[in-house]
Amino acid sequence: MDDLLLTLVLTFDAALRVSTPLILASMAGLFAERSGIVDIGLEGKMLASAFAAASAATVLGSPWIGLMAGVIVSCGLSMLHGFATITHKGDQIVSGVAINILAAGMSIILGLAWFGQGGLTPTLTYDQRFHSLSLPGIDIMDNIPLIGTIYRELISGHNVLVYLAFIIVPIVWWVVYRTRFGLRLRAVGENPKAVDTAGLSVTKLRYKALLVGGILCGIAGAYLSIAHNAQFTRDMTAGQGFIALAALIFGKWKPYTVLSACLLFGFLDAVAVRLQGVVIPGIGEIPVQLIESTPYLLTVILLAGFIGKAVPPKSVGVPYIKEL
Amino acid sequence: MKYTLLGKVIKQSGLLLVAGSMLLGVTTLQAEIKPAVVYDTAGKFDKSFNEAVFRNGVLKFKADTGIRVTEIEPTNSTQREQSLKKLAKRGHGPIVAVGFSMASAIESAAKAYPDTHFTIIDMVVGLPNVQSVVFKEHEGSFLVGVLAAMKSETGVVGFVGGMDIPLIRRFACGYEQGAKYQNNNIEILQNMTGSTGAAWNNPTKGGELTRSQIEAGADVVYAAAGGTGIGVYQAAADLGKYAIGVDSNQNYMQPGTMLTSMVKRVGDASYNSWQAGLDGNWKAGFQALGLAEGGVDWALDEHNRELVTAAMEARVNDVKAKIIAGDITVHDYMSDNTCAAPQGINFSN
Repeated sequence: MDDLLLTLVLTFDAALRVSTPLILASMAGLFAERSGIVDIGLEGKMLASAFAAASAATVLGSPWIGLMAGVIVSCGLSMLHGFATITHKGDQIVSGVAINILAAGMSIILGLAWFGQGGLTPTLTYDQRFHSLSLPGIDIMDNIPLIGTIYRELISGHNVLVYLAFIIVPIVWWVVYRTRFGLRLRAVGENPKAVDTAGLSVTKLRYKALLVGGILCGIAGAYLSIAHNAQFTRDMTAGQGFIALAALIFGKWKPYTVLSACLLFGFLDAVAVRLQGVVIPGIGEIPVQLIESTPYLLTVILLAGFIGKAVPPKSVGVPYIKEL
Repeated sequence: MKYTLLGKVIKQSGLLLVAGSMLLGVTTLQAEIKPAVVYDTAGKFDKSFNEAVFRNGVLKFKADTGIRVTEIEPTNSTQREQSLKKLAKRGHGPIVAVGFSMASAIESAAKAYPDTHFTIIDMVVGLPNVQSVVFKEHEGSFLVGVLAAMKSETGVVGFVGGMDIPLIRRFACGYEQGAKYQNNNIEILQNMTGSTGAAWNNPTKGGELTRSQIEAGADVVYAAAGGTGIGVYQAAADLGKYAIGVDSNQNYMQPGTMLTSMVKRVGDASYNSWQAGLDGNWKAGFQALGLAEGGVDWALDEHNRELVTAAMEARVNDVKAKIIAGDITVHDYMSDNTCAAPQGINFSN
């Protein structure tokens, strides 16, 4: 029984680690899409940020500088997206895809030029990474049977970016639903003309939203290369930007439901890792392929049958043209 | 007048042509072959399999002979065949194709260019102009399995594979046999990263798999997963456990926690193929390189010297001698697609 409990707790623990970049990236997407900009470039921004963070951390020797570099690069790409789609009213999907391709190519080319290791960055040393923190009071909590285990294995022992991701969600909720900026953000995604009529700048609001998204996406990328792993490897985002986008739709563009979607994806991933090679009585060993496809199958089933209709912000994907 | 001038020009240019071709003749004698290599999609710098071909094959051949090896890194599966055909069309050869996934591409390219010499690593293609080099990974894995079982204090060791294919199961099976040979009660945890080519380049997943194995009690984890291994070694180092590298000598990657590496001399195999091409004695056919041929081995260097005690070293070298002598026959997973107990092994020794 204790073993089972520990396994379960450790699975949740892994789920937290895996879902952290998804949470950060989908919150970034939430800001962009709530303001009316489709952000398919999440993947590319994460990748570019992961590369920038690992490069800066390895050269300058500090994870915090790495994090900053990641955020700056990601914001830069966000502004590029904004320049193409807000200022020049270009197609948002095309611009996003361009960012993805740009990031995939540039990260390898610059990596080759700077480090000569085939697009990888050098492995980070201990001081150049974010490490797991031990929360205070583990010893006291250990005396309480169930809660002690949960506290020690699940809640304590993550790096600072994991905690940051979970703190950010309620902040995002508060910003979107309880501040003036949030109200305007939601309005500009639904009906930019009304916002414009009220005398507010649609352009400025959308740029602001993209900038916030850029920051969050930058943290997500830095997490991948300097916290969860210890170097940048090519295409290391491995589609997580798109999964974050799926979680955004899955969660109907609302912070807490998006968070649950991210946790679900992370949990399925963690379960898949642990189910491998497990012999189930009467059935035998489950094939790797089946386990691998489970998250996708479940996503399809849940999306198709259980979450109901996902209605995006009304003006998402439509450039705002004043004269219309 | 005009005609004579023209004649003169023709004559002179003819002379030039002759001289030119003589010159060319000399240069072609010096560089008689145009060797080439096509890496698999994990890329040249995977710190493992492909990188072994690059460092111990391509660079060494360039250093020894001065001949540059043309390299191609396909980024997706459709480019494999195109790359091979392009190289053959431009007169390259011997062309080394790295990895089992090149088999169908080699087959079609070798049929289209029957005069070009192809060498494939890790797979057998039975065509008259193809040399197939395979390795007895089960023998090398057996050795590191013995070492893992000796090092393990928990009695649980782990294995993280890349893509779930018989070749990787051969690594796993050899490792399992070695570990059990050393300690019949040992528990072996096995995970595969995935079932597509992406499984060779997913350090994040590799790290998560390793964490899950360590949480389940493993204290030595062997990775046979290409670039995914980077994450395995990192996770083991982060948690203060041991890892075993693969293909290249990877002991340097996490000094202090890399117990050893199962070295597979793919670089030498490529080198030999080009050298044979240069010497004019390249032969098609099939080679299986094991411990006896020096095709696989375990790595001991300054990075893991302190982790391997004299007793462990003696034991592994003893087992190695026994395998070479034929006293131990390591079962090959790929011979019957099952991992049965090895023949001729007395578990109580």
